[in-house]
Amino acid sequence: MTGILSLTTFLPMAGVAAILLLKTFGQTGERADTAAKWIALVTTLATFALSVLLVVQFDQADPGFQFLEEIPWFAGLSYRMGVDGISILFVLLTAFLLPLCVIASWKSIDKRVLEYMIAFLVLETLVIGVFCALDLILFYLFFEAGLVPMFLIIGIWGGKNRIYAAFKFFLYTLLGSVLMLAAVLTMIGVAGTSSIPELMRYQFADWLQPWLWIAFFASFAVKMPMWPVHTWLPDAHVEAPTAGSVILAGILLKMGGYGFMRFSIPMFPDASQMFAPLVFGLSAIAIVYTSLVAFRQTDIKKLIAYSSVAHMGFVTMGIFSGNAVGEQGALFQMLSHGVISGALFLCVGVVYDRMHTREIAFYGGLVNRMPFYAAVFMLFTMGNVGLPGTSGFVGEILTMTGVYQASTWTAFVSASGVILSAMYALTLYRRVVFGEMTNPALAQITDLDRREMLIFAPLIISTLYLGVQPDVVFNITGASVDALVGAWRAALAG
Amino acid sequence: MESLVTLLVFAPLVGAIVAGLFGRRIGDVASQAVTTGLLMLACGLSWYTFIQWTWGHMEPFTVALAPFINIGDFQSAWSIRIDGLSAVMLVVVTSVSSLVHLYSWGDMAEDDSKPRFFAYLSLFTFAMLALVTAADFMQLFFGWEGVGLASYLLIGFWYKKSTASAAAIKAFVVNRVGDFGFALGILTVFWMFGTIQFAELFPLIASKAGTGWVFLGHNWSALDLAGALLFVGAMGKSAQFFLHTWLPDAMEGPTPVSALIHAATMVTAGVYMVCLLSPMFEYAPVAKQIVTLIGAVTALFAATVGLAQNDIKRVIAYSTCSQLGYMFFAAGVGAYEAAMFHLFTHAFFKALLFLGAGSVIHGMHHEQDMRRMGNLWKYLPFTYAVMTIGTIAITGIGIPGLGGFAGFYSKDTIIEAAFAAGQHSGVGFFAFFIGVFAAGLTAFYSWRLAFMTFHGTAKWGHDAHHADDHAHAAHDDHAHDDHGHGHDHTPHESPLVMLIPLGLLAIGAIAAGFVFVDYFVGHHEAEFWRGAIFSGEHNHVLHEAHNVPTWVKWAPLVVSTLGLLVAVWVYLIKEGMGAAIAARRGPLWTFLYNKWFFDELYDATFVRLARFLGDVFWKGGDQRIIDGFGPDGVAAVSRAVGKRTGQLQTGYVYHYAFVMLLGVAGLLTYALYQWSR
Repeated sequence: MTGILSLTTFLPMAGVAAILLLKTFGQTGERADTAAKWIALVTTLATFALSVLLVVQFDQADPGFQFLEEIPWFAGLSYRMGVDGISILFVLLTAFLLPLCVIASWKSIDKRVLEYMIAFLVLETLVIGVFCALDLILFYLFFEAGLVPMFLIIGIWGGKNRIYAAFKFFLYTLLGSVLMLAAVLTMIGVAGTSSIPELMRYQFADWLQPWLWIAFFASFAVKMPMWPVHTWLPDAHVEAPTAGSVILAGILLKMGGYGFMRFSIPMFPDASQMFAPLVFGLSAIAIVYTSLVAFRQTDIKKLIAYSSVAHMGFVTMGIFSGNAVGEQGALFQMLSHGVISGALFLCVGVVYDRMHTREIAFYGGLVNRMPFYAAVFMLFTMGNVGLPGTSGFVGEILTMTGVYQASTWTAFVSASGVILSAMYALTLYRRVVFGEMTNPALAQITDLDRREMLIFAPLIISTLYLGVQPDVVFNITGASVDALVGAWRAALAG
Repeated sequence: MESLVTLLVFAPLVGAIVAGLFGRRIGDVASQAVTTGLLMLACGLSWYTFIQWTWGHMEPFTVALAPFINIGDFQSAWSIRIDGLSAVMLVVVTSVSSLVHLYSWGDMAEDDSKPRFFAYLSLFTFAMLALVTAADFMQLFFGWEGVGLASYLLIGFWYKKSTASAAAIKAFVVNRVGDFGFALGILTVFWMFGTIQFAELFPLIASKAGTGWVFLGHNWSALDLAGALLFVGAMGKSAQFFLHTWLPDAMEGPTPVSALIHAATMVTAGVYMVCLLSPMFEYAPVAKQIVTLIGAVTALFAATVGLAQNDIKRVIAYSTCSQLGYMFFAAGVGAYEAAMFHLFTHAFFKALLFLGAGSVIHGMHHEQDMRRMGNLWKYLPFTYAVMTIGTIAITGIGIPGLGGFAGFYSKDTIIEAAFAAGQHSGVGFFAFFIGVFAAGLTAFYSWRLAFMTFHGTAKWGHDAHHADDHAHAAHDDHAHDDHGHGHDHTPHESPLVMLIPLGLLAIGAIAAGFVFVDYFVGHHEAEFWRGAIFSGEHNHVLHEAHNVPTWVKWAPLVVSTLGLLVAVWVYLIKEGMGAAIAARRGPLWTFLYNKWFFDELYDATFVRLARFLGDVFWKGGDQRIIDGFGPDGVAAVSRAVGKRTGQLQTGYVYHYAFVMLLGVAGLLTYALYQWSR
């Protein structure tokens, strides 16, 4: 199976090549747009099929990296790829969401369709690359480059304030990138290798660890995003096109959590232990603070964006809980949030496509004309509030369980998040869906069409299936998480 | 047996899925038939299980269906646990649910989304069955919040009504406050014992008795802490004092829902949980005292509020709240068996009262205000008869030593147990005192309801009706366009499909007490429960309850009769006296009428605080401080610089790409340098 990782990673580039060919041969207009959409859809579906094959072939008992590839590059650098139980999950999630994004953009994008599809395909390659890279420099390249297509998606296909949003995104990310770059260089210099597995075994000096930890933290915390560096996210979401929001919430945010688990904890175990209280504090604040802010929003997308920040709070506290329950919960929460928040942004997209506004006050009484939409939106609202039976519950309860061992205060404060999330999510639902339909502009609004149902179907199935059978995920991640926790404990003891 | 109970639990789910997904295609009648039919099947199987348990000497067993969450010690599975407690609950849940399904054929006949309604009812039943058959905390929590979801959906069933969807949110959020404590309780149990499975947990509990546990920086008594946190969950679900405010508002839902969820089954889940966790509470004396205290206060509080309400459903809602308080203080003093017994009998007579009220509302064309009723016994004779039975049952009328209706056995056992416990503890005696006093209040408000509705002069005449047309309109803005019966506003008896459930429940309200008293709390108590309820070695409350002084046995009857007499005086002999008292708007009446001002208090504190903090964090925290000093501040600076250099138009994206390129170039240079040495 050698090469399957690279194939999965770079397959979307074949789609890019095909679309570029289309362009070079001077094909424009509606036919070319349709062709580009189909190319993108087929490519992303093929990539998804490959990622499923990866998961099927994956040896769940092996905690180490699998499907290894290593090609010497130049000057001692290597092209190293591989996945373990932690990263394979994100590869699958990415490949799962991308086809849905393409379908979701089928009608709502009408300018520069070719470029749009190219941007998404490039994004897919780079994001999968982030999760597969086993070389620090390769990781850095994917990690930073992945933001460029995202900038473009917001900046070109975004809403009115897209420049401001892209700018904010840029400023925050720049801060993190610069610091992380410095840390990367230092690490390679000190350890003499850029191989991630080797760096995971390397013991950085006690005085150095905190500095490296902070540098990585700056970058990952912005990505998550953690309080107080979260304010770029609501703006980015509001301006991004629907599919952009799905990718942003579904995958890009998870790069931060992945980074914590891949770098911060295994490479700087002592610093991670030292800074864990800081992370707990910021996570607890994020959960309460952003939930309350979400409660006051007047824009549907902003509300969901703030709720994303709160949900990521559960992830960060779970990651630093230091026990398997918390880590598994954090991983599961990331996966589940990818599905549920992606679906919620798609729900917003459905009404935005029809009415071109996201003002909560504009809507009301949608259930009268859109019963299917109401049912779908209800399901994901319940997922968002963490109702047992949906995947949202499992991640929340496990991260809270995990963090309880480390800090009962954090568990206590974060548990209040379950009250607040019910408050804002149900209020939103009530104002948009329930009630009489009083706005005459809504009188002709139509229910979900076949295409939209096709998008939601896999998301509904995933949310419910993962909510009832979360063990399928824990079986994949189990060995690697145990190894991660075991190594962390050993490092602290030694 | 295993496949039977599996079928039992999943039959309602199948019904819910069929009616929910295919309801439009298969039509109203088919949806109703499928859900009701499957519920009747589940009900039959439940009784079979219960009979096997009671007389067939069936052993407790657990069916493991599928794994749920398994990480290290955190082991949970989808399973069906059958023991004395769950056997009782199965019967209660499926009996009331199937009767309510049937009743809804009539009550919801005019509604235009019947499949949705029946799907929700069946979904609720499934979640409730999952709750009572759980073998670990995760499935318990699943059922716990699942019934909360169904309750939310059904309270807000008439989604066009703004009050209904507001009440639905309130119910969900207040329950979440309870679940906040519940979840923390589960986490505490997990880290304390390393398991969340009941079968593993219960034998370990004694080992932690008397030990400490650090939580929020304070060293607590371990089991008291766990018990108290879990009890917070019970307070939310069972609408106990402080977390009760959602229950009266839940009456916005259709009446069959109120009967099933907000009277007979879901709200008793908290009582069930405390009884299930008796092995823990028996070692948690402080937690038990909290349970007793909250239960007693609720019993009193809700009964006082019930005195002054005029909406027929709200009176019964407060009555439910009060009766749940009885169950809790019974459990709190250690008489778990009595709590379960009252849960069992209460399900019958309270469902009866609610469905009876529904029949009255149906017959009165959606009128719920008792002040506009009166003299209905002539027009709804059957409803009148069964409501009277229900009222006798709830007021606990019966002759000690001879017998009485259902409530007599269970409520008197509770009061006697509280008296017995009161010999050793002040809290127990407090509960006894409240229990007797509240029994008098119960009699008063229950008979008040009966008299205002069925007796006295009719206040629903044509003129009276027109004068209040406006208020009336608010009540039936849900799919009741035709108004069904022309201009004839004469009350009418309900159809047979509604009367049959009433008749069956009336039989339960009469007989559930004397048939089962020996099994639940009497001579056969130990062999009936067979270990499902644990009593500590010093807990002889139930035994002592049978040997209390004679005056204690007679006290409830005397007080109840007093309540009855006052009600007769105020609402029959001196009819109009009640209205006159209300019209005076004295301070006590105002206090009770406004439900001790809890809604106003919570609104002024928690709700406003949440809004205020949300605004402060958003506009102050995010916009002014974080953005102001962060990106916007930088932006202002860079704009100033940009103007000077004229490069603003290049766009930030390219800026970023450029900087990143520089970074990568630097990185590669550095790496090249490092390795080429």
